[in-house]
Amino acid sequence: MDLFSDRMKPLLQVENLNVSFQTRKGRVYAVNGVSFQLYPGEILGIVGESGSGKSVTCYSLMGLIPNPPGRIDSGSALFEETDLLQCSSRVLRKIRGHHISMIFQDPMTSLNPYMRIGPQLIEPLRIHLKTPRQEAQQQAIRALNSVGIPEASLRLRQFPHELSGGMRQRVMMAMALITEPELLIADEPTTALDVTVQAQILELIRHRKEKTGASVLLITHDLGVVAEVCDRVVVMYAGRILETGSTRDIFKSPRHPYTSALQRSLPGRHRKGELLKTIPGMPPDLLEPLCGCPFADRCDYRVPECSEIDGELILESSDCGTACPRVHRGEISLNEVKQGGDSSL
Amino acid sequence: MIRYICKRLLEAIPVLLIVATLTFFLTRIAPGGPFDQERNLPPEIEKQLNQYYGFDQSLYKQYFDYLSKLIRGDLGPSFKYSGWTVNEIIAGALPVSAELGAYALLVAVGVGVSAGMCAALFPNRFGDHLPMAFAMMGICLPTFVLGPLLILVFSLTLGWFNASGWIYPEDRVLPALTLGFYYAAYIARLTRGGILEMMTQDFIRTARAKGAGEFRVLVCHAARGGLVPVISFMGPAMAGLVTGSFVVETIFQIPGLGQYFVNAAFNRDYTMVLGTVLFYATFIVFFNLVVDLVLVWLNPAESFESKPAAL
Repeated sequence: MDLFSDRMKPLLQVENLNVSFQTRKGRVYAVNGVSFQLYPGEILGIVGESGSGKSVTCYSLMGLIPNPPGRIDSGSALFEETDLLQCSSRVLRKIRGHHISMIFQDPMTSLNPYMRIGPQLIEPLRIHLKTPRQEAQQQAIRALNSVGIPEASLRLRQFPHELSGGMRQRVMMAMALITEPELLIADEPTTALDVTVQAQILELIRHRKEKTGASVLLITHDLGVVAEVCDRVVVMYAGRILETGSTRDIFKSPRHPYTSALQRSLPGRHRKGELLKTIPGMPPDLLEPLCGCPFADRCDYRVPECSEIDGELILESSDCGTACPRVHRGEISLNEVKQGGDSSL
Repeated sequence: MIRYICKRLLEAIPVLLIVATLTFFLTRIAPGGPFDQERNLPPEIEKQLNQYYGFDQSLYKQYFDYLSKLIRGDLGPSFKYSGWTVNEIIAGALPVSAELGAYALLVAVGVGVSAGMCAALFPNRFGDHLPMAFAMMGICLPTFVLGPLLILVFSLTLGWFNASGWIYPEDRVLPALTLGFYYAAYIARLTRGGILEMMTQDFIRTARAKGAGEFRVLVCHAARGGLVPVISFMGPAMAGLVTGSFVVETIFQIPGLGQYFVNAAFNRDYTMVLGTVLFYATFIVFFNLVVDLVLVWLNPAESFESKPAAL
């Protein structure tokens, strides 16, 4: 269970992160009191449906939330000794792309269509390490080879539109890893790719992690992806963490009604021809600060007090916990769901 | 690419033919003629003139005569400036207009692009509002207001430049500013819009995630795509600048092509009108081709084959 926590101090420690966006209809509270740790050499998955605040969480760490309309209201994110949320933009720029890299959801739009692959690929080296162009070029070729792109020197002269989607995501990976960062943030890296390519990219992430010992923060809405590569999981809903634990525990014995409801609705768990189970209702409107458990309205186990008491994440050990007080008190036991299945939320 | 250029040049021929035909017949439909003056000419002189210039022939004969000369590059004699051919007049006036246009273009691109970039770098802040206020002024202020204003301030009050003329190098400054300012204003607005649009793209976020500073993001990543609307605007703008601006040339007494262009229409100087219009059209076709080539170079995803031939 405590795979890493006993041995090491966290590489990244996020405490009580709150992010909101000013919109025309009012302030949207996108991330509410999110805390988690990431240890060196682990892959932490953040799962949640669209709008659950998982991407916003990671963008705030990178300082990529457009402000306005976005605003980080409070919180801290210690990366090594630096608080990413408090440090100056100059310091943050030095960390971005050097110590923390990011790959994005859509490789079609995330590469600059007006630039050849080469200059884009070596940009982190040129910015952070001032590597001479020739040497950077050599490194770029090695980086492309290491993500499984053949004929690298040819690719360097090509434009993004000449490459396939999977190839572009590989280029993104090579670009993110070229400075050998300690932390790789992957924002739904496989969502825009077809299934066979998805598996290759995931394999690549795992392989690179093992080779370089980098930590990975993997954002996804795909429980199958989580099951495949993550060591630990954070389940987010309506801008909060509802449950956290090792991948095994989350799948085998979920400790929050939301997690177990998610798993019941996995298509892989249904017999052929059977109606798919869904979670009734909609995620709550984030326009006003929530009172009580955000999942209360859709929960099978709700009692009146659920809408009143704030469901804070109760940690049972340093990185395993649930936000459901009823589960914590042992009032309800969620029916055990067997491991297996592979699908999206 | 060579094929593309050849194709575009061939396409220009029917365009120019249509322009020539329309201009030829439209000028003839317009009432009056080149020899109409306040005092009527004696009939025998008018008859002789008509005969000399071929006006006694049928309109179609004149048209085909003109075309056959045109193919040989002969734009015919001017009716107003007797003893001069249109070719000679254009050859004499074009270098002046082109020089003025080149300076104005420098002003327009230099000032416009940097003002637009500054505005895009500080959206909705002072660094945006100041250049954009100037740009709005530039678009609203006609050259016949700006020109005299500049003369008033810089030549009459400060005495830095001559009020008019085209003799000394410093004579180029005020006309170039006057002519360039309007285009600079337009370019500034196009630059700002184009770059701000680029700034919301995903690849800009990637660049930031790589640790690129704002300046690097702007110059290396946003500028190339963001300047596409500016480049598109440059085609007609360059043609307009190089073939001369009647207003600016009149204000500053510059012997450029713009004056001839407008006066030819007033004088019913048929060949002169045709000559200048065709010349202008050729420039537009040519600069648009150049612009399209630059656009393809700027945007590699666009290929020569898929590009519609915009004229």
